[in-house]
Amino acid sequence: MIRLENVTKRFSEKTAVDGLTLEVPEGEVCVLIGPSGCGKTTTLRMVNRLIEPTSGRILVNGRDVMSMRPEELRRGLGYVIQSIGLFPHLTVAENIGVVPRLLGWEKPRIADRARELLSLVGLEPDSYLRAYPRQLSGGEAQRVGVARALAADPPVLLMDEPFGAVDPLNRERLQAEFGRIQRELHKTVVFVTHDIDEAIRLADRVAIMRDGRLQQYDTPENVLNRPANKFVHDFVGADRALKRLVRIKVTEVMRPAPQAAIDDAPEAMRERAGAGRFVYLTDDEGRLAGWLDTDDIRDDAVADAITTVDRLQATVARDASLRDALSRMLGLGFRSIAVTDDEGRIMGEVTFAAIEAVMSEAEEHRGPTADGEGA
Amino acid sequence: MKHPTRIRWAVIAVALVGFALLVSAEGMWRDLLGALFPDYRTVVHPRGTLVDFTLEHLALVGVSSALTIAVGVPLGIWVTRRSGREFRPLVSAGVDLGQTFPPVAVLALAMPVLGFGFWPTIVALFLYGLFPVVSGTIAGIESVPPAVTEAAVGMGMSRWQVLARVELPLAARVIMAGVRTSVAINIGTATVGAAIGTGGLGVPIIGGLAVQNMAYVLQGAIPAALLAVLADALLAQAEEGLGVATG
Repeated sequence: MIRLENVTKRFSEKTAVDGLTLEVPEGEVCVLIGPSGCGKTTTLRMVNRLIEPTSGRILVNGRDVMSMRPEELRRGLGYVIQSIGLFPHLTVAENIGVVPRLLGWEKPRIADRARELLSLVGLEPDSYLRAYPRQLSGGEAQRVGVARALAADPPVLLMDEPFGAVDPLNRERLQAEFGRIQRELHKTVVFVTHDIDEAIRLADRVAIMRDGRLQQYDTPENVLNRPANKFVHDFVGADRALKRLVRIKVTEVMRPAPQAAIDDAPEAMRERAGAGRFVYLTDDEGRLAGWLDTDDIRDDAVADAITTVDRLQATVARDASLRDALSRMLGLGFRSIAVTDDEGRIMGEVTFAAIEAVMSEAEEHRGPTADGEGA
Repeated sequence: MKHPTRIRWAVIAVALVGFALLVSAEGMWRDLLGALFPDYRTVVHPRGTLVDFTLEHLALVGVSSALTIAVGVPLGIWVTRRSGREFRPLVSAGVDLGQTFPPVAVLALAMPVLGFGFWPTIVALFLYGLFPVVSGTIAGIESVPPAVTEAAVGMGMSRWQVLARVELPLAARVIMAGVRTSVAINIGTATVGAAIGTGGLGVPIIGGLAVQNMAYVLQGAIPAALLAVLADALLAQAEEGLGVATG
């Protein structure tokens, strides 16, 4: 747990952080966000004492950070920065082993840990352990950066725009992986970003800052639905309903989907459709192979009404958000899309109508201060 | 990666042995220089053997370079620390002046204090060779990306650990390049020490110039030149070795 009590930081004339009080409960992701110069990075860097507060107290797991030796404090706080800062003269394995070495771990334990962490961040240990940072792509380097921060299993992670320098496609992938890792490890995370979409996607709580002051500290849903003031409302942007979709997993609005095996008899397929129009057809492993559109059946020629598809294109994974599903559906021109489990088997489907319902619900929740603002 | 490196070291080792044989071949020098300058009565400097001159020269270069490194590297490190940062312009100007000042002038100034012989030359060489070492150290440490040092501090390294485990290894190549330049300069400059009786390969050169005996000059100049080339190759190879990981 991290607690900031009335923390202020003044640099000569400028007050970077002004009387900030904030509590990050254990195992939660707190995203600090705001325009540049709002004090979010200064706040983060005060937690590991790279910057020392002018006044106020910062407690990490109940201990005042100012009462600890900075080195000792920092070894217990994983730290990831935008520019990564991998040590170019050390291999990936040695980079990951830096903090364990500082803590005096035995060599075999450090080596095992490096393997374990590379697997965790989705890099094949055998191909990466002995690589040097210059041989890595930006996305790979950032994965190693995250692995390095996790090396000594610190309860707290401090992340300063960790995905800010990677391309948008890789950023989304890294965000998804970070989400997966966090669900597994339950670290207490302070995460700085200027990307509101990233904040909404990853945060348990969002702290919106402006001129060193906290504007709102709340769940992403509440920040979207009940912005505390005009600044937050404007900062979040006009497409709040769309952003809200990022927070909802497809599995939450998924409904069962009629399925049949692609080598079933035509009549059996048709029967499965029941009153509905479509039946998903699966291969022998339960994965999407195509679908049957019962409206297209002419003169009982069922085979002509079957469309086969590329299952990776025409499905979304179970951990996808409604926004992912919506953009996929819009791209393909579908009114519904199949949701698959980790093995690629069909779990159900998400319909356009279901997404619409969620969006209109969000509109109804618009806070009073936001009324009359709008796009 | 390993093989070419080993081969290059072998070549350097052979060259060193070759050089040692060359300077110890008294008879060969006598014959060679005698054939080149048949009119001269003597073709090798009478004060000592070429081996003596070379060893004296190596002692001069060795001691002065060791001092230069021992003072220059820490000095360069210090002015990149928080505690020494404000002295950086002063140190830069100081070592710059050391190199601008002609070594002969340093000899002249040092002589009244330190007398004739070894030490005034060492002082002159030390001052003259300091500049490349100090500026190489500063440049090397400043070439370390700030993100890397920030990560190191943020991960909980102490200042010493950041220096020893991150900054110095990353700066090693550039520092070594400075050392290499400094040693090369010293090997050449050490010959002036002969003017105040320090010995070394400068003895036949300066002696030869004084009595207009070109054979003496060559007897000193050829080994001095070869020594400079060899030392440079040796240090270049060491520099290469330091750069294996980062290169």
